[in-house]
Amino acid sequence: MKINDVILRAAAKIVVFIILTFAVYLFFSGHDGPGGGFVGGLMLGSALVLLLLAFDIETITRGLPIDLKIVAAVGALIVVGTGAAALIFDKPFLNMSSFKLHLPIFNQVKISTMTLFEAGVALAVFGVVVTIITSISKDV
Amino acid sequence: MIPIFLIIATPFIAAFLILISRNTIAKNYLGWFVLAFPLILFASLCTYIPSISKGKNFIETVQWIPSFDLYLSAYADGLSLLFGLLITGIGSLVILYSIYYMKSEQSLHVFYIYLLLFMGAMLGVVFSDHMLVLYTFWELTSVTSFLLIAFWYHRKRSRYGALKSMLITVFGGIGMLVAFLMIHQVTGTFSIRETIEQVNILQNHPLFVPVMLLLLFGAFTKSAQFPFHIWLPDAMEAPTPVSSYLHSATMVKAGIFLVARFTPLFGGSTLWFWIITVTGMVTMLWGSFIAIRQRDLKALLAYSTVSQLGLIMSLLGIGSYALHTGNIGLTGFSGTALFAALFHLINHSTFKGSLFMVVGIVDSTVGTRDLKRLGGLYIMMPITFVITLISSFSMAGLPPFNGFLSKEMFFTEVLKVNELSIFSLETWGIFLPVIAVAASVMTFVYSMIIVFQTFLGKHQPDLLNQKAKEAPIGMLIAPALLAIIIILIFIWPNVLGDYIIYPALLSIMPSAPQMNPLTISVWHGWTPELFMTFAVILLGILITAFLSVWKKIYRLLPDGLTIDALYQKILSSLEHIAGSSTRLYMTGYTTDYLVYVYVSFALLISPMLFVQGGFQIDFSRDAPLELFEVIMTAVMITSAIGIVLSRTRLTSVIFNGVLGYSISFFFVLFRAPDLALTQLVVETVTTALFLASFYFLPSLKIENTTKKKRVSKLLIATATGTIFTITALAVKSFVQFDSISSFFEDSVQLSGGENIVNAILGDFRAFDTMLEAIVLFIAGLGVYVLIKVTGHRRENR
Repeated sequence: MKINDVILRAAAKIVVFIILTFAVYLFFSGHDGPGGGFVGGLMLGSALVLLLLAFDIETITRGLPIDLKIVAAVGALIVVGTGAAALIFDKPFLNMSSFKLHLPIFNQVKISTMTLFEAGVALAVFGVVVTIITSISKDV
Repeated sequence: MIPIFLIIATPFIAAFLILISRNTIAKNYLGWFVLAFPLILFASLCTYIPSISKGKNFIETVQWIPSFDLYLSAYADGLSLLFGLLITGIGSLVILYSIYYMKSEQSLHVFYIYLLLFMGAMLGVVFSDHMLVLYTFWELTSVTSFLLIAFWYHRKRSRYGALKSMLITVFGGIGMLVAFLMIHQVTGTFSIRETIEQVNILQNHPLFVPVMLLLLFGAFTKSAQFPFHIWLPDAMEAPTPVSSYLHSATMVKAGIFLVARFTPLFGGSTLWFWIITVTGMVTMLWGSFIAIRQRDLKALLAYSTVSQLGLIMSLLGIGSYALHTGNIGLTGFSGTALFAALFHLINHSTFKGSLFMVVGIVDSTVGTRDLKRLGGLYIMMPITFVITLISSFSMAGLPPFNGFLSKEMFFTEVLKVNELSIFSLETWGIFLPVIAVAASVMTFVYSMIIVFQTFLGKHQPDLLNQKAKEAPIGMLIAPALLAIIIILIFIWPNVLGDYIIYPALLSIMPSAPQMNPLTISVWHGWTPELFMTFAVILLGILITAFLSVWKKIYRLLPDGLTIDALYQKILSSLEHIAGSSTRLYMTGYTTDYLVYVYVSFALLISPMLFVQGGFQIDFSRDAPLELFEVIMTAVMITSAIGIVLSRTRLTSVIFNGVLGYSISFFFVLFRAPDLALTQLVVETVTTALFLASFYFLPSLKIENTTKKKRVSKLLIATATGTIFTITALAVKSFVQFDSISSFFEDSVQLSGGENIVNAILGDFRAFDTMLEAIVLFIAGLGVYVLIKVTGHRRENR
């Protein structure tokens, strides 16, 4: 099945970057506005899904030389790890903390361990979604 | 002295070290590296001896979840120290032996990892004070011994033996767990020491007998007591060092340990006395009887272990009378039976460990363990012969070896117990010496078989796979050391008695300090015990001489009526029942599974909710309906009907997508941007996923079902839909508690995030999110494995 999808491919090349940017934005804005780790991860995944639809899987996997199962595993590890890290500071498991930093350009930036936790969630979601989609479509 | 926690943890740490450094340590040095750990442990346990022999006990506790009465505790007293020394001491020798025995093994590091894990689990069992921790380690010994027995997993017999041992011991372990939970119910503590302090409460409680029976169930399955002994002979399929370790010093001794540990709690009760004594006696008799019949040297040793464990068990049973209230002064109690049990425990570890190693040497040098093919090896293997001679004669209870001492003590006890006037011993007690002598005669016979049929008699080199020659010196070190220990214990038994056994006895019998110090004497005069030994030797020689006549007895045994056959039958019928009952409802059709879910929902749950008044519908607090909401609802209903009526999968997937996107509209409408966003992305990704997978499925086929089936499906669908609707309405109207939203009012201060949804997800209920992420990961891995692995299999076919 080889259909002429020049328009889709041309559009995808640009749109993917918009989606990726939006995904990153969503992820970071999650702290104070709509967004967060789960949506951010899903958005990253959907960018890849678009690429998969526009191009074939071999091209994408060649261009993305990361094992997505490992990405998912790393995500899950970060999630548990941030929880366990609280234990080192003699705090209850999964205790989160945040503080504000004054940086030259960004002015006030909030640093929170919750962001790290959410990053783990994002990576796990991203890895799992893309793993499932690629393995299902690759098999047949 | 290093902390006991560290002692328990060391084998696990060592196992981990081997795991990560398996490629950097050369195979030749791996064993020596491993050997260091039990040696260090043994040495550090020895530093505990001086203070423990003075009556000092050590307890270390780390809180875990105090509100659930969960904590980790390590407890070192005389009893646990005795076992700890055996585990690490024999463990060192076994590893030393395996360095030479397992030389050609490919996955050597796996073997050592299993062995160390097992050692750690055993140490955990003996040093735990918290019952649930003890239980965890107990089952860990079952699992790790499973791995060890099945080490040569390509052999069918190994897998069978491993499975059998695990099934039986884990089954017993579960019984033990129930006993522990019952004890906690009665006494309110999981600590063994505290439970023993509350002994009176438990003894007068109706749960006393069930607790005792369940606990003994665990102990008897682990220690291979009759009729659970059937797993032990099959466990000999393990590599010989493992058999030597499992059968002599560790696994099977765990049951003995448990009985000894709980003797202060149950000792003195009639039931405890009789169950343990009788089970031990029967096991001893039966094990020794069957052992003579074996042709395989290792099988013979396995049955002899069964028999010896029975002996130790019966001594523990006999000794428990001493705790019978009111009889301590009366019978002139001195705890000698318990002392003898512990003494024989150590002796058994020495001679049985050495014998297994010797059998391993014979097996690996001549290539067979079959007694029919062996014989006359003493010329070629003189050192092995001497070691075997010492160990076997010790097992037979002959001087000048340590087995003689504990056997004489055993005879003393069975004679003495007859004179008691409790537990109706004055009538039934007479059987004890008779059984003791009978079992000892047979023990003598199989001990002689090991020596004479292997090393003396006619040498038949053409029956052997390899030419017989003396084993390499390294392989001989460990059994030779054990043989030397056997003699040393005979010469200075009281060193062991005073510093190791007596403190252990004190921890079984806390009320015993006033008793006279025990001395083990080699020569105790022309006593009845000595004449019993003479009788044993005489009868033993007689049977050994006419062994072919004696073996005719075994032909009288029915073939099909064994406990092993019963086990097989139970196992296969269980498999059969499970299989057929699963096939009954697992039809392989999604429709059927959905029907189960919906029917149970409609028929089981909803009437219950109706009866309990769960359905209360209240429209009074509803917001007014907007036009836009009505339109969106109409769209959703239409697309839902569209899914059902569509004729191709593509159409239904698209309708499903419409449904999902309209839900996100509702989220926008009700000002939940987070949910709307998530819903939109999820919908996009799942639609793509559906398309990816449905594209390749065959087109939907129109079902040609009977009218009856259609009606029933219609009924189920209607009922389920109605109940779902009512439930949804009822849930909305159900206000029993205040809203929890006030809890999140100061979420910005608490979590630092201004988006409340993410503050909840990432902070307040982060545990849920964490586990969800892990579930997602596992699910993804599952999908991957299902698709990839079956794909591979298809390619390989």
